[in-house]
Amino acid sequence: MSDTLLDMKNVMIEGRSDRQWKPIIKGVDLSLKRGEILGLIGESGAGKSTLGLAAMGYTKGGCRISGGSINFDGIELAGASNEALRQLRGKRIAYVAQSAASAFNPAFKLINQFGEAPVQHGVLSKAQAQSDAIELYRKIRLPNPETIGFRYPHQVSGGQLQRAMTAMAMACRPDLIIFDEPTTALDVTTQIEVLAAIRDIVREYNTAAIYITHDLAVVAQMADHIKVLLRGEEVEQAPAREMLSNPQEDYTKSLWAVREFRRAPRPPRDVNETPLLVVENVSAAYGPVKVLNDVSVTIKRGSTVAIVGESGSGKSTLARVIMGLLPPSKGGIVYDGTALEGVGSKRKRGLKRHIQMIHQMADTALNPKQRIKDIIGRPLDFFIGLKGAAKDARIRELLTLIELDPDEFMHRYPSELSGGQKQRICIARALAAEPTFIICDEVTSALDQLVAEGILRLLDRLQRELDLTYMFITHDIATVRSIADEVVVMQHGVIVEQGTNDDIFTPPHAPYTELLLSSVPEMDPDWLSNLLAERAEESAQASLT
Amino acid sequence: MNMNSIQSIILKRLFSGLLTLWIVTVIIFAAIELLPGDIATEKLGQAATPESLAAFREKFDLNRPVVERYISWLGGAVTGDFGISLSNQRPISELIGQRTANTFFLAGYAASIAVPIAVISGMMAALYNGSVFDRVLSGTTLAAISFPEFFIAYILILVFSVGLGWFPSLANVDVDTSLGERLYKTFLPAMTLTLIVLAYMMRMTRAAILNLLALPYIEMAHLKGIKRWRVIAVHALPNALAPIINVIALNLAYLIVGVVLVEVVFVYPGLGQVLVDAVSNRDVTVVQAACLIFAATYILLNLLADILSIIANPRLLHPR
Amino acid sequence: MNNLIFHLRDAPVSAWVGIVIVAFYAFLAICAPVLAPYAESVSVGAQYQTWTSAHYLGTDALGRDVMSRLIYGARNTVGIALATTFLAFTLGASWGLLAATLGGWFDTISSRLIDVLMAIPPLIFALLILTITGTSVVALILVIAILDSTRVFRLSRAVAQGILTMDYIEVARMRGEGMFWLIRKEVLPNAAAPLIAEFGLRFCFVFLFISALSFLGLGIQPPTADWGGMVRESAKLIAFANFSSWESATFGLAPLLPAGAIAILTIGVNLVVDWVLHLSSGLKE
Repeated sequence: MSDTLLDMKNVMIEGRSDRQWKPIIKGVDLSLKRGEILGLIGESGAGKSTLGLAAMGYTKGGCRISGGSINFDGIELAGASNEALRQLRGKRIAYVAQSAASAFNPAFKLINQFGEAPVQHGVLSKAQAQSDAIELYRKIRLPNPETIGFRYPHQVSGGQLQRAMTAMAMACRPDLIIFDEPTTALDVTTQIEVLAAIRDIVREYNTAAIYITHDLAVVAQMADHIKVLLRGEEVEQAPAREMLSNPQEDYTKSLWAVREFRRAPRPPRDVNETPLLVVENVSAAYGPVKVLNDVSVTIKRGSTVAIVGESGSGKSTLARVIMGLLPPSKGGIVYDGTALEGVGSKRKRGLKRHIQMIHQMADTALNPKQRIKDIIGRPLDFFIGLKGAAKDARIRELLTLIELDPDEFMHRYPSELSGGQKQRICIARALAAEPTFIICDEVTSALDQLVAEGILRLLDRLQRELDLTYMFITHDIATVRSIADEVVVMQHGVIVEQGTNDDIFTPPHAPYTELLLSSVPEMDPDWLSNLLAERAEESAQASLT
Repeated sequence: MNMNSIQSIILKRLFSGLLTLWIVTVIIFAAIELLPGDIATEKLGQAATPESLAAFREKFDLNRPVVERYISWLGGAVTGDFGISLSNQRPISELIGQRTANTFFLAGYAASIAVPIAVISGMMAALYNGSVFDRVLSGTTLAAISFPEFFIAYILILVFSVGLGWFPSLANVDVDTSLGERLYKTFLPAMTLTLIVLAYMMRMTRAAILNLLALPYIEMAHLKGIKRWRVIAVHALPNALAPIINVIALNLAYLIVGVVLVEVVFVYPGLGQVLVDAVSNRDVTVVQAACLIFAATYILLNLLADILSIIANPRLLHPR
Repeated sequence: MNNLIFHLRDAPVSAWVGIVIVAFYAFLAICAPVLAPYAESVSVGAQYQTWTSAHYLGTDALGRDVMSRLIYGARNTVGIALATTFLAFTLGASWGLLAATLGGWFDTISSRLIDVLMAIPPLIFALLILTITGTSVVALILVIAILDSTRVFRLSRAVAQGILTMDYIEVARMRGEGMFWLIRKEVLPNAAAPLIAEFGLRFCFVFLFISALSFLGLGIQPPTADWGGMVRESAKLIAFANFSSWESATFGLAPLLPAGAIAILTIGVNLVVDWVLHLSSGLKE
């Protein structure tokens, strides 16, 4: 079983844009043995999905394989006929897409979509396919394996759909499966079940796999070898353990830059100081849907409070209530001893300027038709009343503060900036109002690791220099641990637990906090195995008592 | 439980469609009331005697309150009785009965040519995206949206009637015209209408299918090694049904209206001619009747399309 | 707008064709009295003269010079269509942007009202109203502008709603910016490209619509020179078209001249619109 299954040599892929072909993959080698799992890792635009699909002889619309060879078990895929490729796809090489919700056809039941490939390829009869589906559904630990296949895709949850898609990929017992970011769209607590299910089933059938992701900790659990890609080129490849313990290239090391970040220590503060912002028993709803239920948070001056939770926990809604975008149905916000109006437009301008917010997506938070100096200049004019030369001077000051060269950036449009630079402009705009309190809503989650680390460093420095107070909304536990003084854990619109950083991260935890914290993948290749063993033991004990 | 939600969506749409139709009848009826001055003086002129005015009012039932007249007008319209013409004082239903049938015949004739061609070739253009066929299509669409209807009509007349002499340039049919002759005489008007809607329909069908083919589940089907024809027939078509139905209905509604101009060019005895003549004569009651028929057809076709596409949506058919 | 001029350098051939057509028509319309060899609606010769010198495109049934009438037609038909489009646009766009920005009941009521108006086919609605108002130029402009503004309302509302979901709008709202500032500084600059393209499309529609009404004898009334009306006046001649000699052929083609003039301008505008849309949609092929 040591023979090579897939051997890609000097593969080049081009994509068409602006009426010319531009390289996406610039000559990458990839080789995979039977039953082996290769992790393909890289940041956005690295070409990892493109390379993964090329292993099936497939390119997305507007792309083409322009060079190199792709040898699958003795068959050359580059330049093979459509019919030859079709006979391989689904039968010997299968694919699991990132978004199961859109990769399942909404018009058919799951089990019929499961059966389509084996029946069409002549591997199984329709009846055999059905019983096989139920068998695989059971193995992949879907609830109600006998009946779940008879549902339509939109009737099943995201994590379950992703497992159903893995089962579907397994239907013909392929030699190779391409997993294209299968858990990226899922919450951490759901992700772990899917990861475990994928790993078990791939091992059971000794299927080779290419596992594509941008999360090093995830790939560490899944892969035997890891290959790092950067802008269509290979950075390095090594066995998983070696890669984690002893990365060779600087770029590889930078991939866990955010995890390494630790903020500078703070001087102790007066304990009796009045809190800067108090959220008092706030409930809020979008129409009939309740999103926040009796939430109370106290934020001390100069501190960083992290709000942690998965999607649907209400953490972003809390920010909207504080900003006055969504009036609370019950309760209220007190800023520095003054009760704030629920409706933002009724708040006084002088009060408003103290509370600013930075959005997750800098792309949509900057008006593409305004120059940087207008974007930063508006709050200066609006809140501070600066005009003309005084305004220009202050814009320059702010740009310098966020480490961008004023001469270079003042007259640019947002489209001429990189993602990290845009986020810095958003920070400068917030600072222009001379605030005391800033809400950071997932400000680093759309950024690559190294850039994200730069932003965290900047925010940390600004906090020390300007005595800012942060409310940091995030789902990234690693960031929370490194920057927060206090942590608030939310689930389904309710605060599950809150306390100081140390309190939250040292056991004992509230049950949900425990689940959340333990579900965050760690850079330890044995983390998933250990965790699953631990959880199995706990549930065994629980069933005994 | 399953059927309830889709039923309630359809009922809601049905209700809003009928409500719109009702409001439109009010608007059409109210138009007559908005006439500056009084219909009787307007029609009979300033020199009319009080007696003749009174007689006119009596004849056209103008003495009763507005609401009462509206109700009896609407009641009549529903049963096909639109009152009497102001100009020649004959019952309107007599004037427009046969002509309405003619108009629907012409629109139906054009639709039965245009719809199959448009849907099939639109799909081909989508499947062979970027081919010569596809490019020709986008060129003809530009022409179709740019050319006035009468320009297309006169070119057809010039070539097929005056030049080649194959078809008559006047579509003068009457009750006794046989079906064969009718189809022959109305061929050029039907072709004009077809050309007007064909490119639109093809382009919209193409866009609908292209959108669909770009969806992840179609790519997934290809990656499962499913044969191309099966991907299209099994995965794409059932989901394309709703958008295609919409395209067809939208264009049928457009046909019904486009008919007005084409009828005038070919002097075809249809409802459009009646409407245009009535507008020039300011024969308000006839205008009302014709507008109501056109508007109602248009609204009902759109309503039908919406309901069909609700039924064709799998997410609504199988709710959570 | 600066961007548009900047992009002219890279404009494809089709866009240039469109620009040249539009510029030519604009030139005709503006300089009509200078360019036209004869007066607009005065009989200057025998009726139905052929295409020979003195009257290069012949004369019509009343002995008026066809070429002069075509040139004046550019001024009349295009002028009225342009005025109508401007009115429809001002009305529809400001209402649509306002409805989207304000939201709430104002938006709901506006949208419902527009839905009902749009449920009636525009030609039918126009005929209904023209019956009441009569066919004066002012009535024509007002009726068509109001009917057409419903389409502009729909589009500008949709465009504005797309922009209003952006975070930069939320930032401005959190700052406490007034509604007119929001529309003027945040929404309008981003809505400009689709709105300019829509202006072109609306112009085509209005222009064809007015021509159609004139063709039906319900639009611009004689003796004003107007292309739709000219088609109507010369329609019967097409039956006498005969390619055996230059004279009889040109005689029969009379209705195709104004009809072609309409078609070519519409194509020109559409070509420009396609290009603007292409620019505003980014780098799409």
